[in-house]
Amino acid sequence: MSAAGRSPLIEVEHVGMTYAIGGLFRRRAVRAVDDVSFRVEAGSPEILAIIGESGSGKTTLARMILNLATPTDGAIRFLGADLTGVRSNRERTAFMRQVQPIFQNPFEAFNPLKRVDHYLYFSARRFAAARGRADIETRTDKALQQVGLSLAEVKGRFPHELSGGQLQRIAIARALISAPSLIIADEPVSMVDASLRMSIVNLFKTLRDELGVSIVYITHDLATAYYISDRVLIMQRGKAVESGNARAVLDHPQHPYSVLLKNAVLSPDDVDKPIARPGTSRDSADSSPAIAPSNRE
Amino acid sequence: MSAAGPPALANEGARPHQGAGGAERRFGRSAAGPDRVLTVRDLRAYYRTNHFGISREVRAVDGVSLHVDRDEIYGLAGESSCGKTTLIKTIVRAIRPPLDIVGGSVTFNFGDRDLDIHALVQNELEAVRWRHLSYILQGSMNVLNPVRRVRQSFVDFAFRHIRKPFPEFLRLIESHLDRVRLAPAVLDAYPHELSGGMRQRVTIALATVCRPDFIVADEPTTALDVVVQKDVLSMLREIQREIRSSMILVTHDIGVHANLTDRLGIMYAGRLVEEGRTADVIRNPRHPYTTHLVTSLPRIGDLTPKRGLEGVPPNLAAPPAGCRFHPRCPLAIATCSAEAPPMVDVDTGHRVACWVTAPPTASMPPQ
Amino acid sequence: MLTTARDLFRYNREFRIGALLTGFIVAFAALSLVSPYPPQDTFVVPPDVPPSFAYWFGTTSRGQDVFWQLTFAIRNTMSFGFAVAILSRLISIAIGMWSGYKGGLVDRVLMSINDTFIVIPLFPLLVLFYFVMRDNMSWPLLALAMACLGWSYDARLIRSIAMSLKSREFTQQSVFSGMRTSEIVLQEHLPYVLPIVFYTTMNNMNWSIGLEVTLSVLGFTNIDTPTIGVMIYWANQHTAMVAGIWWWIFFPVLFVVILFIGLFLLAISMNEYIDPRSRLARMGMRA
Repeated sequence: MSAAGRSPLIEVEHVGMTYAIGGLFRRRAVRAVDDVSFRVEAGSPEILAIIGESGSGKTTLARMILNLATPTDGAIRFLGADLTGVRSNRERTAFMRQVQPIFQNPFEAFNPLKRVDHYLYFSARRFAAARGRADIETRTDKALQQVGLSLAEVKGRFPHELSGGQLQRIAIARALISAPSLIIADEPVSMVDASLRMSIVNLFKTLRDELGVSIVYITHDLATAYYISDRVLIMQRGKAVESGNARAVLDHPQHPYSVLLKNAVLSPDDVDKPIARPGTSRDSADSSPAIAPSNRE
Repeated sequence: MSAAGPPALANEGARPHQGAGGAERRFGRSAAGPDRVLTVRDLRAYYRTNHFGISREVRAVDGVSLHVDRDEIYGLAGESSCGKTTLIKTIVRAIRPPLDIVGGSVTFNFGDRDLDIHALVQNELEAVRWRHLSYILQGSMNVLNPVRRVRQSFVDFAFRHIRKPFPEFLRLIESHLDRVRLAPAVLDAYPHELSGGMRQRVTIALATVCRPDFIVADEPTTALDVVVQKDVLSMLREIQREIRSSMILVTHDIGVHANLTDRLGIMYAGRLVEEGRTADVIRNPRHPYTTHLVTSLPRIGDLTPKRGLEGVPPNLAAPPAGCRFHPRCPLAIATCSAEAPPMVDVDTGHRVACWVTAPPTASMPPQ
Repeated sequence: MLTTARDLFRYNREFRIGALLTGFIVAFAALSLVSPYPPQDTFVVPPDVPPSFAYWFGTTSRGQDVFWQLTFAIRNTMSFGFAVAILSRLISIAIGMWSGYKGGLVDRVLMSINDTFIVIPLFPLLVLFYFVMRDNMSWPLLALAMACLGWSYDARLIRSIAMSLKSREFTQQSVFSGMRTSEIVLQEHLPYVLPIVFYTTMNNMNWSIGLEVTLSVLGFTNIDTPTIGVMIYWANQHTAMVAGIWWWIFFPVLFVVILFIGLFLLAISMNEYIDPRSRLARMGMRA
């Protein structure tokens, strides 16, 4: 339910991104993103999962929403204003205050040579208008508390002293300092240990429910997408092939690619019916011609 | 600096060939039945570094014992810093300073006699490698030479072992490639011209062309897309079934284990905490860590709340005393921080190291 | 930084030897402050005396004590090399990092200029410079000229580091933390660049000293101020080798070789330091 009359938080309208690859004589156009449209409404926080494999264009789409890349077709609007119009420092700061990223690799997201807290301090100074040491530290501590950590635990530490799960939480805290309305999380848990993964995933739920932050959750993992998202958008080779309510789409996928994705997921429950057992001559799961490797080679 | 020379390996009592001389030790009569291809006994492998006067000892593998039988896929699961990659390196003897074997043994049996892989000399090792023991690594680009065509990699790895004239060797390769559903044209390509899935299938073909007795696979499909992964894994299983080799499959993905492996071992902080038939371990996990690993995974169609594990992964340079899982364990009792629990049989072939869920009794000797 | 130097000294043999050699040369150069003879005076001692108890390194045909001349010579040569190295580092860091981070048109323009400087033949240019300046030629001017010619190789090196850092995720995180470009470049990227800069400084010093010696030996510099090259120049003018005054050439050459080796060892001992993996391992040690 969207508040009547409000511009959507993010409106992606027939967006495409075309790259040219190849040398001087054999240039080819590659459509990394091809006519994708969706919107995230303001005022009703939700988690939208964008699901795709490598080459599906999901990371390119994320970069465009973060205004790190400009679409070659279509437009992306944030609260009604086209992103290409965000140019001056002031406008960019205002945009970054509202839209923050979480990156895939927590160990790469922090400079190994610097302490992790200085990103938090900078964010507090630039986005939360904190002045003076005490104010900055208070804001930082508040943000860290929201993710289940505290400044005392984190202060003065280097990235290699912390686990992937802790680093990712610090990254989320940093993103929260500016009180954003939208967080773009690009595969935020794929590099986090399985035992720590669910605490981060649950944290996203908390962000949506208690802090009112909408999250665009980019992943290739259908199971976690099923677990926390409200809506999903499935992408294949740059195109959006299916979208809708998360549970509906993932319980009963309609598009052949969605069906393929779902069937390809390996789960511990398969121990009752694994993909290959002694006696079966050919694997029954890869009967779909779309993935038969001989077609592509 | 780490110790030079071959590590001192314990000679366990069960072997009948204890005697003087290295040759005796290397080629003893097989005592553990002819079906055991790999026996790891109480293996300890540490990284010892000395940088600027500060010495550190990272106990990556700290007392691991396991065995793999013929025609069996053994899965090894665990997260980062559990020691599984070091265990694999030790098994294939990819040991380089600062990694050092501190104790225990790794023994192979390829059909006729026991081989202590760390006591072999260079030419014996070369005869064993690839012909009897091969590996599939995580990054296919770690195996395939990027500046040589695929055919050349086959020649480099396999020609020596397949004693046939070259044209016949090529025909053999091509029919083998057909088994992994790759066209012979792949042989002419450079690795970067192939997709990730195709490269990984080439790697599997490479590792299996000599029909080895034992294959070590370290995260063979982790870098691949979900759809390609399923394809590659089923292919791996097919080939394994056909050439009847044994395999150790290392991956953190329990879903992969559920689909592929016959037995499953769970590692935590350099030790095995649970081991048994895959179906048993997944359906009835006994160790709290395994229980958490299996139940916390979200599944499509399941909306029950899941929780993450408290605490942080262990620091192998300064591991917790006693049971290494106790700081994060919901069931920990006083004994857990004092003494490490022994492995205890809880069921046929299912053993667990936990004071609370599998306390050792007098009638069940630890294995 | 001091603990780093202390650790390197204790555990890295190349650094230890390099530091000792360079330290010896610096101490020797410091002796010039207590020299009994002004550097440019001639015939203050009996000429052509071989090394002896009175004159440790002998005397020259111009009546100068080789020992004390050498203190001035090595001091001037070293400070010249140092000045050139510092000036050219400033230029190469500024250009390299700006070009690497900005990319696009700025990068293309700067690198075109850079590559032009790389291919310019330095030696003929400097000789030409001497002939143009002639009597107005002074050491600071020459240092400035060489600094303006010696930055281009290293600017490319620094640029490639800056480019690779730009694509790393922590740079994006810095952008979204509200850091300005200057703050990102100075605070996030510079620590990666500095070890390479240290290595290139040592290299650059060796290069500039070598070039200075070459120019001076040929007489294309101000030959009144004693430097290593100038000493050799005068020795050649007086045909010292033929006349048997070997100590006039031997000692300057020996000392400049010691300086070269010392600087070289310092440079390569940083190799272990520059490698990011070993740095991170060391950081892990301290934790």
